Amino acid sequence: MIQAENLHKRFGALDVLTGATLEVRDGETLAIIGRSGSGKSVLLKHLVGLLTPDEGRVLVDGTDINAISYEHLRTLRHQFGVLFQGGALFDSMTALGNVAFPLRTFTDEPEEEVRRRAEEALARVRLQGTAPKKPAALSGGQRKRVALARAITLEPRYLLYDEPTCGLDPQTSNTINDLINDLADDLNITSIVITHDMHSVLAIADRAALIHDGVIHWSGPTGAFAESDDEVLLDFVRANEYQIGVPSPTSKNGARERNGEKQLAGGVPVS
Amino acid sequence: MAALTRRLLRPVHTLGKFVMLMAQAVSSIGEVSMYRKNLISQMTKIGIESLPIVSLAAFFSGAVMTVQTAYQMTGPFVPKSVIGSIVAPTMILELGVVGMAFVLAGRVGARIAAELGTMRVSDQIDALEVMGLNSVAYLILPRVLAGVIMFPVLYVAACTIGVGGGIVAADVGGYLSAEAFVQGAQMYFNPFDPFFGLIKAFVFGFLITSISCYKGYYTSGGAEGVGDATTEAAVASCVFMLFADLLLAAAFL
Ligand SMILES: Nc1ncnc2c1ncn2[C@@H]1O[C@H](COP(=O)(O)OP(=O)(O)OP(=O)(O)O)[C@@H](O)[C@H]1O
Ligand SMILES: [Mg+2]
Repeated sequence: MIQAENLHKRFGALDVLTGATLEVRDGETLAIIGRSGSGKSVLLKHLVGLLTPDEGRVLVDGTDINAISYEHLRTLRHQFGVLFQGGALFDSMTALGNVAFPLRTFTDEPEEEVRRRAEEALARVRLQGTAPKKPAALSGGQRKRVALARAITLEPRYLLYDEPTCGLDPQTSNTINDLINDLADDLNITSIVITHDMHSVLAIADRAALIHDGVIHWSGPTGAFAESDDEVLLDFVRANEYQIGVPSPTSKNGARERNGEKQLAGGVPVS
Repeated sequence: MAALTRRLLRPVHTLGKFVMLMAQAVSSIGEVSMYRKNLISQMTKIGIESLPIVSLAAFFSGAVMTVQTAYQMTGPFVPKSVIGSIVAPTMILELGVVGMAFVLAGRVGARIAAELGTMRVSDQIDALEVMGLNSVAYLILPRVLAGVIMFPVLYVAACTIGVGGGIVAADVGGYLSAEAFVQGAQMYFNPFDPFFGLIKAFVFGFLITSISCYKGYYTSGGAEGVGDATTEAAVASCVFMLFADLLLAAAFL
């Protein structure tokens, strides 16, 4: 279980987090939603100790990650996999090299076994063919999937995704959403997914937390969106609905196709 | 007032951050398995691959200095071998090591800053950290170690080739024979000189690699930030090197 308690973070004159409190339960998939610049990535970086809060704490299974030694933190981080927004692949290595890197670094397994496991991870994200390619020769969506394969090679308990479908076409987005679901089910991974995309939220998440004005403004099961009368949440959902749910004169085909998302389209009244 | 204090304290803050980073690097020196592979590849990149340009620069500076000294020492009472007595020690004490370090500030320093800066802005350093890797031990330590190991090696090569360039220029240009040059060089040879040169090479190797690592590691602001870090690394390396050169001369000579 990951708990963030009363996190405060300020950059210069900018208060990004002003008391964010969040709980991630074992086995669930939590979506963190919020407008651009609201501090989602900053919050995520706090959860793995890449940023230190000015105030408040982060507990991973009860351990305050900012109160332990760097060595201890590094051991604890083995339980985490993070998919960064741009993939953060090592550009000096091939796709296979990237995926094999954690295995080569942290296990004593023989080379054949490392290759086998790396290839298996690549197969899981359906990218067998790209093994010998360097990141520069991959598309954005492929890079994200290779990064995902790299994040799962050491079988983490927690997987953190920073906007996994941002900037991808709907089909590729769906592939990634399916992958997130598969990984959560097959490997029993607890997932935290930052996203702008309401379609993804409904496709993958059990619960959602909305970050607004530096705090978790609303959180609850995704099924509860429809009953909520929280204005900020409704604004966010409506803005998305406008994008993906309602057929508009300018985007007939795309909008109708994705209109199959009934929960969203039918659940919330559109003003 | 507060703004002024902050500006005055900026260099102190920067120095503190730099010292902390280097302290973390040094304290990770026991994690050999973390940086062994990178150390070898960095020694190749910083050392072996710099050899051609360093040799070229050294050969020509030795040759040019010989020609210029010959041009200035034309008096009838000055023995020709004086040229060797001037060129060799200058090469060993100053020109061989400082000239080499200037070349390497551009070649090695800029490369390190650009490489680490790109890794920083594309989250690759965060990705290493999140895997449970000590990014300082993995990235910074091997580069700084490669610098302090390979700069003295390159210095020996630069001096040898530089003096060699002087001998060739003296001989081919008809100023004096190779024997006279060597004789002149031996006349005022002080065994402390090459030792001092080695110390300088070591210090410059540390300064260039550590400053460039610092600039790259703390890059922010995307591609533009990487560009800034690269330029600043090369410039700061040169400036601090010159100060160190002066300090060392004042302390040891
Ligand atoms: N290292 C930093 N230094 C200074 N400011 C920062 C830093 N990191 C983030 N910020 C600022 O904090 C705010 C929140 O940033 P964050 O990246 O968390 O937004 P986000 O919610 O992830 O947005 P997006 O959806 O666009 O990715 C932004 O205004 C950003 O400029
Ligand atoms: Mg973000």
